[in-house]
Amino acid sequence: MDYVVLLKQVPDLAEELEIDAAGTGLDREWMSFVASEWDEYALEEALQLRESSGGTVTCLALGVEAGDVDELLATCLARGADRVVKVGSFEQNPDSHTAAAAFAEALDGIPHDLVLTGVQAIDDLDGQVGPLLATRRNLPHVSVVTHIAVGGDGRTVTAHQEYAGGVVGEFEIDLPALLGVQTSREAPRYAPVSRVRQLMKTATIESIDGGGGSGPGSGLVVESMFVPAAGGTAEMITGTPQAIAERIAALLAERGISGGAAR
Amino acid sequence: MSGDILVLVEHRDGAILDTTHELLGRARTLAGQRGGEAVAVLLGSGVAGLAGSLGAAARVIVLDDPGLAAFSPSAYQAALVPLVRDRAPGLVLIANTGPGMDVAAGLSEALELPLAAYATDVTLDGGSPLVTCQLYAGKIQAKVRFTGGRGIVTVVSGSFAAETAAGSPAVENAAPAGTDGRIRFKGLHRPEAGDVDITRESVLVSVGRGIGEQDNLKLVEALAAVLGGAVSSSRPIADAGWLPRTRQVGKSGLKVKPKVYLALGISGAPEHLEGMRNAELIIAINSDARAPIFSVAHFGAVADLLDVVPALTARLGG
Repeated sequence: MDYVVLLKQVPDLAEELEIDAAGTGLDREWMSFVASEWDEYALEEALQLRESSGGTVTCLALGVEAGDVDELLATCLARGADRVVKVGSFEQNPDSHTAAAAFAEALDGIPHDLVLTGVQAIDDLDGQVGPLLATRRNLPHVSVVTHIAVGGDGRTVTAHQEYAGGVVGEFEIDLPALLGVQTSREAPRYAPVSRVRQLMKTATIESIDGGGGSGPGSGLVVESMFVPAAGGTAEMITGTPQAIAERIAALLAERGISGGAAR
Repeated sequence: MSGDILVLVEHRDGAILDTTHELLGRARTLAGQRGGEAVAVLLGSGVAGLAGSLGAAARVIVLDDPGLAAFSPSAYQAALVPLVRDRAPGLVLIANTGPGMDVAAGLSEALELPLAAYATDVTLDGGSPLVTCQLYAGKIQAKVRFTGGRGIVTVVSGSFAAETAAGSPAVENAAPAGTDGRIRFKGLHRPEAGDVDITRESVLVSVGRGIGEQDNLKLVEALAAVLGGAVSSSRPIADAGWLPRTRQVGKSGLKVKPKVYLALGISGAPEHLEGMRNAELIIAINSDARAPIFSVAHFGAVADLLDVVPALTARLGG
């Protein structure tokens, strides 16, 4: 069973995001990047599936200059991926349609029974890469999944799609297929930083073409991008923890909630 | 291209989902402005009876087929691609649910129609759609247009008021033009009933990643006890197994509407806000002043919950 995982880096939300001078994008000058959370769940699932039923795990990421794609892919190797491949060459994360087209082209030369990727990313304005890519390659696809299991004959996979209220739908899917992973059965495994650094020097990170930096584009025009008003509608309470507690107690008392219920 | 606005109907257990009524309400308003119809597309088997509950639509297209008895991304996509191609609506509205993500991206790629995701608002400006989208976990918003003036929008649940007014939409029955059985529905699994039903509690003390360690949960449990409420959580706490899934608030958890919702160490990702934004009183405590939770809270404090919670419990006599 050949598993392929698609990953990318996204801006680190622990840092303050600022809008660029044109007002239509993020200011990228000081931006730091981290692996997209859901892609890490997808990798963990692929590694778990390989451990239980054998196979290979190949990780693909677009060759994006912003951030550090080599570190992203070296981390995949440190966690246990068999092979890592950089696809195409882009200045920054392209739109989802362009990313899907580049990955679709790359998959021509990469064996893939099950493609796993994060269900979403924090920057996919024009939709999720997984189902876009799957449609481009005519692969069946299911989004928002957990509980992935490969069938006994290796020709199908089952997965749960999450709905509201904790309800899930169970599906059986013919392989090859693509799944958008919501979360992994265990937290993504730890990769020691020293091991990642070492692999960045010694490991083979393959590179293949993927649309040469151009693509179909999103078909969207961003008219403006902005930070929603700080605080929005909230009235902010300031002061010491005791002062904050005092005010909250008063707000609750106004609504007839006075505490002491445990007594 | 027509002025019509097409809405994908989602239904489960024989009932239309609220998100569909929300989309239809907005579709009717927008269609009225541009001189088209709000068209609901209903896929299923033996579902013609549901058409009557789609009163906000001017027209309901029913694709009834045994192969559509339950949602399947491949079956829905095969049925919808030819329909959307032939009808060429100006706008397609789809809920930002798992099925919605599958269908919207499938239609976008198959029909080369642009897609705007995570929308919280759709208006018409100069006759063409202007869409407000949430990005970066709600920390940034973008206003976007479609280059060709038409496209698909996936809308975050709760963005519009539900429109359930009675009506008598024209009903068109059609056979699906395509089928694709590569994804087969096997059944629904429902969560086991929990010890507490958080949808019925009037006070929820809700915790997120800011709680730091599992051991700190006893602080919020003490506060919930003194308030006579229950502890609920955002997704990461349920994923970590610190609280049962039945306590999870949000898109894949439960929608709650308590009298008071204390959001403690919850940043307020769009998926969480979907589940609690209609609480009567929301008080948020978060150490990040830029946390999106403050955009839906009525009162907020930038502080460490581990300092405020014990102080509040003590103040309330716990």
